[in-house]
Amino acid sequence: MTLHPMIAALRRHKAGVVLIALQIALTLAIVCNAVFIIGQRIQRVNRPTGLDESNLFLVSQQWVGAPSGDDPASVDKLDSMQQADLAALRSLPDVASVAPINSLPLLNSSWNGSVALQPGKDLRAGNARTTYYFSDEQVLSTLGLHLVAGRAFTAADVQHQAMHDQRGPSIVIMTKALADKLFPKGDALGKVIYLNGDAAPTTIVGLVERMQVPGVGSWTNSFTWNATLAPTRLNANFSRYAIRAKPGRLAAAMHAATPALYATNPMRVLDDDSVKSFADIRAEAYRADVGMAILMGVVCLILLAVTAAGIVGLTSFWVGQRHRQIGVRRALGARKVDILHYFQMENLVIASVGAVIGLLLAIGLNLLLMKHFEMDRLPVIYVLTGIVVVLALGQGAVFVPARRASNVPPVTATRAV
Amino acid sequence: MFAYYLELALRSLKRNRVLTALMVMALALGIGATITTLTVLRLLSGDPLPQKSAQLFYPQIDPNAKEGYIEGQTKPDQLMAYPDAMNLLQAHRGTHQAAMALTQAKVMPKQVNARPFFSDAVMTTADFFAMFDAPFQYGGGWTAADDDGRAQLVVIAGFLNDKLFAGANSVGRVIRINDHDLRIVGVLKPWAPQPRFYAQDLGGRSYGDGDAVFLPLQTARAMEMGPQDTECYAAVPDIRHLETAPCEWLGVWVELDSGAAVADYKTFLDGYVKQQVALGRFQRTETSLLDLMGWLRQEQVVPDDVRLQAGLAFGFLLICVVNTVGLLLAKCLRRSAEIGVRRALGATRREIFTQFMVEAGIVGLAGGVLGLLFAELGLLGIRHQPAEYASLAHLDTWMFMFTFVVALVASLVAGILPAWRACVLAPAPQLKAA
Repeated sequence: MTLHPMIAALRRHKAGVVLIALQIALTLAIVCNAVFIIGQRIQRVNRPTGLDESNLFLVSQQWVGAPSGDDPASVDKLDSMQQADLAALRSLPDVASVAPINSLPLLNSSWNGSVALQPGKDLRAGNARTTYYFSDEQVLSTLGLHLVAGRAFTAADVQHQAMHDQRGPSIVIMTKALADKLFPKGDALGKVIYLNGDAAPTTIVGLVERMQVPGVGSWTNSFTWNATLAPTRLNANFSRYAIRAKPGRLAAAMHAATPALYATNPMRVLDDDSVKSFADIRAEAYRADVGMAILMGVVCLILLAVTAAGIVGLTSFWVGQRHRQIGVRRALGARKVDILHYFQMENLVIASVGAVIGLLLAIGLNLLLMKHFEMDRLPVIYVLTGIVVVLALGQGAVFVPARRASNVPPVTATRAV
Repeated sequence: MFAYYLELALRSLKRNRVLTALMVMALALGIGATITTLTVLRLLSGDPLPQKSAQLFYPQIDPNAKEGYIEGQTKPDQLMAYPDAMNLLQAHRGTHQAAMALTQAKVMPKQVNARPFFSDAVMTTADFFAMFDAPFQYGGGWTAADDDGRAQLVVIAGFLNDKLFAGANSVGRVIRINDHDLRIVGVLKPWAPQPRFYAQDLGGRSYGDGDAVFLPLQTARAMEMGPQDTECYAAVPDIRHLETAPCEWLGVWVELDSGAAVADYKTFLDGYVKQQVALGRFQRTETSLLDLMGWLRQEQVVPDDVRLQAGLAFGFLLICVVNTVGLLLAKCLRRSAEIGVRRALGATRREIFTQFMVEAGIVGLAGGVLGLLFAELGLLGIRHQPAEYASLAHLDTWMFMFTFVVALVASLVAGILPAWRACVLAPAPQLKAA
């Protein structure tokens, strides 16, 4: 089949051709970028926190009428209340281990600072930004963190201090990501660092493979994997406990936690939000991202449907308009399949032109988005896949009207000319 | 004549129901998406104090160390340290000026069995209410003397007054906050600027309900109430003594009534910073004095996702319009013969053009009505989102009317090409073909 007569025919329908091509181009541009955004969001949502998230839950509680924590005696009192809670939770039959902790990945409540290689370095000019997790010797097993070098905390390492106390820990475990940033040669273990511009040194005793910061907003993008664990129980009028249930006993352990705490000390606030599985924490943290991905997905589907409907509409019109010409071609010996191919080919030509324009528009739109939003460069594979999709969509949409065209009987040619 | 066009248009639309439904549906989806996202965008990017925003300015300075400073490029900090905030306030260079920080107030109701609860609170200085036009239901604000004297008094919001005193005039009564008895001097009428411009960067949310408790900064600090957000620019000896710590935790606003006053204030601010540099306290000389809307723009208070969605919706509408052009074109060219007959019987080109535009307009109106339904559905969906602005997402009268404007404009733009093509058809060949 030669393209020449087809193009000659298309020139008589400039407006329709331009409209279909334009619609395909715009759809391609928007769908490519939208799918790219969906992909990025899904990637963000699916990144592992470094924790073993199954069977893990968190209890947050506040004491009523707790001591102020301003003097050593009241700090000790707060700590003994916390220890009593820990003992009660650890004695539950469905609980494997418990660690007091100030926050968890994805919890959006964080204590951040900086790590430097020299003492007294200005806070913000520190070598690396980090988040702090304050916990005790059970933190690695409770959270399911992978120790890749060095040792875990022991009970003897664990200190306790008031929350407003600015003293830093003498030893820490940090993520490999942070250690590599500070010591690119990979010899971080045993090295001395300075936290938050302090003059007092801190020694790195262990490295964990991966642990995410609590924040999920874009402001944490520069230090997502920089976490530092300190062997310190923080004492304040509230506390959080990360609890690992025995395999398969999550619901039972979550159910038992509140009564156990009330039995230890009834003077506290524990409400519906106080006991949360890690799955819920994750779902809450990423709800906006998931919502955006779903919205983009729905818009893409509707756009493709609208475009397909447009193609069906215009092609149907052309088929109706060329009824007699089709009859003539059939009378002159064209087979049904020739007519079918003619319309399919015609659509392919228009869609290809649209796809080329769409490719340029997609890249342009991506550049625009990169300028105004936090967005990466659109990988070519997205555009190429998009082109295949719109070409397939065109072929799918044209099939019904094209088959109707191929069914036009040759006898049409003999009717009233 | 118009009635006749209307009848013709309806007839023609009825003849091809599937095509008509397709056009209306596509247009409605585009309009629904656009109106939904525009409603949210309008809500979020609105002017919180339309009558005053041009006179309100946010001074910024930079007490950070020299390291990492690039002259002319490094932006000054969002918050201010206590000594600087107090120096700016005491200079009295604006019509009004106030420093503020957000905190949590533990309110202890007097009723038996009532549990204590936390309320959003603002610790600020006397000019806050006059500067931001906060309206009082009962009583009024406090004075600068009350600020200095750490007077035990408080202004509460109407909704807190409703909760504690059943809406009665509670001025002069006592409320227990953070284990201190404070005397109520004023009760505000409902006041919740959207966005909450004054809370921006102070650690609070940007939208949503107003604050419940307003108390003098010195009084609150004496009660050991702490700010929600603290940024320290050097190692901190004791975080509890925020007044002397190298930490920023206050936002300062100034009211300046004329262009000359703004220029004067900027000169004053630059001078203040140079003086601090001379004293060795500061190393950086950058300052900024943005007006309210400029400040909100710089802070990018509208979430990126919302702006992205609005852009996406417009792209969507554009595709739907292109689609409608195509379908209308197909529809009207199919009726070439009919147009030929009408032209031969004496209809002018203008009449044909009008007829097809009326048809497009009807599609647009139908799309608008259906689009409104989609927009309401979309907003219903947004109200069920966890965003802090979710409950505010409602279609107001302006957006309601705007929906029909968008629908009509979109459909008429879509109708121009097909109507033009229809009216320039030469009648003779069409008649022959028929």
